[in-house]
Amino acid sequence: MTSPHKTTSPRGTAPRGDAPEAGPSGKPAWWTARRRDRLAGYAFIAPQLAGTALFVILPLGLMFWYSLHDWNVLAGGFVFSGAENYERLARDPALPGVLRATAAFSVGLVALNLSLALLLAILLNQRLRGTVVFRTIFFSPVAVTLVAWTIVWRFLLQDDGGINGLLSALGAEGPNWLRGETTAMISVIVVQVLKNVGLNMVLFLAALQGVPKELYEASTIDGAGAWTRFRRITMPMISPTILLTAIITVVGSLQVFAQIDVLTGGGPGTATTVLVYYLYQNAFQFHDFGYGATLSVLLFAIVLVLTVIQWQMRRKWVVHED
Amino acid sequence: MKTEHRTRRARLLLYGLLCVLAVPFVFPTWWMVTSSLKSANEIFAFPPTLLPADPSLEAYGRVFEFAPFAAQYWNSMYIAAVVTVGTLAVSSLAGYAFARIRFPGHNLLFLVVLVGLLIPSEVTIVPLFQLFNGLGMVDTHWPLILVPIFGAPSVLATLIMRQFFIAIPAEIEEAGRMDGLGRFGLYRRIALPLSRPALGAVAIFSFLHSWNLYLEPVVFLSTPERFTLPQALTQFTDAYGGPMWDVQLSAATLSALPVLIVFVIAQRQFVEGLAHTGLKG
Repeated sequence: MTSPHKTTSPRGTAPRGDAPEAGPSGKPAWWTARRRDRLAGYAFIAPQLAGTALFVILPLGLMFWYSLHDWNVLAGGFVFSGAENYERLARDPALPGVLRATAAFSVGLVALNLSLALLLAILLNQRLRGTVVFRTIFFSPVAVTLVAWTIVWRFLLQDDGGINGLLSALGAEGPNWLRGETTAMISVIVVQVLKNVGLNMVLFLAALQGVPKELYEASTIDGAGAWTRFRRITMPMISPTILLTAIITVVGSLQVFAQIDVLTGGGPGTATTVLVYYLYQNAFQFHDFGYGATLSVLLFAIVLVLTVIQWQMRRKWVVHED
Repeated sequence: MKTEHRTRRARLLLYGLLCVLAVPFVFPTWWMVTSSLKSANEIFAFPPTLLPADPSLEAYGRVFEFAPFAAQYWNSMYIAAVVTVGTLAVSSLAGYAFARIRFPGHNLLFLVVLVGLLIPSEVTIVPLFQLFNGLGMVDTHWPLILVPIFGAPSVLATLIMRQFFIAIPAEIEEAGRMDGLGRFGLYRRIALPLSRPALGAVAIFSFLHSWNLYLEPVVFLSTPERFTLPQALTQFTDAYGGPMWDVQLSAATLSALPVLIVFVIAQRQFVEGLAHTGLKG
């Protein structure tokens, strides 16, 4: 309110470069352009850094701390129990099934998502009229509310739902999709792939359009067929995009929760109980926070290991990188 | 002559393939919208009707009878708006600094932030719950706002912004500096206006992420008036726990249609914005 007259140097004569400015306008000598710039840098990243510290790194530390405690909210108490939760983890009879479901889901999802995305991108990359319409169609589920999309599919996949109606019209009898162990898993994967494959498709399409035309022309002159061109030119040229989308898709596949909660509730039995869902059940349905935190550590370890492996693979098969 | 004939057949085949592949992408949405106008009986009719025989908005009225749906809709809207604006602010500031300002610890701090990408909120949901419980924020909207603005999605946004800001030629900023702009001025008047595509992509990402958020609401919220749409949609069940299909589909349509319409109108910006964010490697 009662600030003194402006002491900043007039516009246009703001200091550039690194020369220390012995404040002719009354500023201390250490207040150089470079220092001010550094300060701006810290100020700019401060919100992100504070947020990461508070909502990412602190919870990560707490997760490890909780996993060393026996902590059931219903039974009360928060007692240090050392490695007890980890011993329980090793003996948990449900865990092998959960890990199998997690692996089946992730592998199925990533394989189907990436191959379908690549196929759609290649189809859309042909010089055809109307590809924008198809691109819009394939991308549209991304814009549909996730739970709405899943609810519709739950209806379609019911025993008397639309899919089996269609199949019986074709003279075939469909299974009760969400009640069979294998079909439930397939259903969850397909529903999720259809929802999000448009994202990867768009990224692949952009990568395909970035491949220089001359490469194809040159190889055609050399007598290379379509398959050879795809394997020798397209794949290497778009391999950085494939790697990036693969990492994002793999990590994303380990986070899938809503679809499973709405479609199958982890069932039938525990056929679609993936690790996230199991961890949710333990922590928030059985109120066993200590064990829930231990399962979180396991999930974190899996995410970490998979990302590191894929990052290492980059050296092997990603051809060009800027 | 012969090759022309062949390419024409190939093109026809291609269109056929695209049409078949399009069915599972279009049909569910089509079915959701049309069925919401059908009677409960017609929804289960066989063979299914492509258009409602006797379109009625009756089920839409019941959506608002059974649940505080207007409040839930508002919750989703305002939370997504706040998350979008917050993410844009936080990630563009940090992205700018990491791209264009040199300061000690620059690389280390960038690495610290990147760690956030490896730690989705699903991993830390148990401690997050305790953290917000300790702050007295359980059954409030705070976790749904703060975690996305600062967690893994915002780190991805920072990465996208950084990639974009790096590409701005130094001469443009130098010119701005000549005109007497400080760091904030350079960011606000030069870098931001040049990065509309990246900002658009980040806005779409963070809006959709918040709009679809499910685990956090389920974990943190218990009062129906405070629910957001995804959680609210699952609550339309009859006394036996079976879904009330017509009402549920009307609610689902209400939740999906506005975003879908915006997408169809702005699909070019939508799709191309996402494709050209530096994510293309």
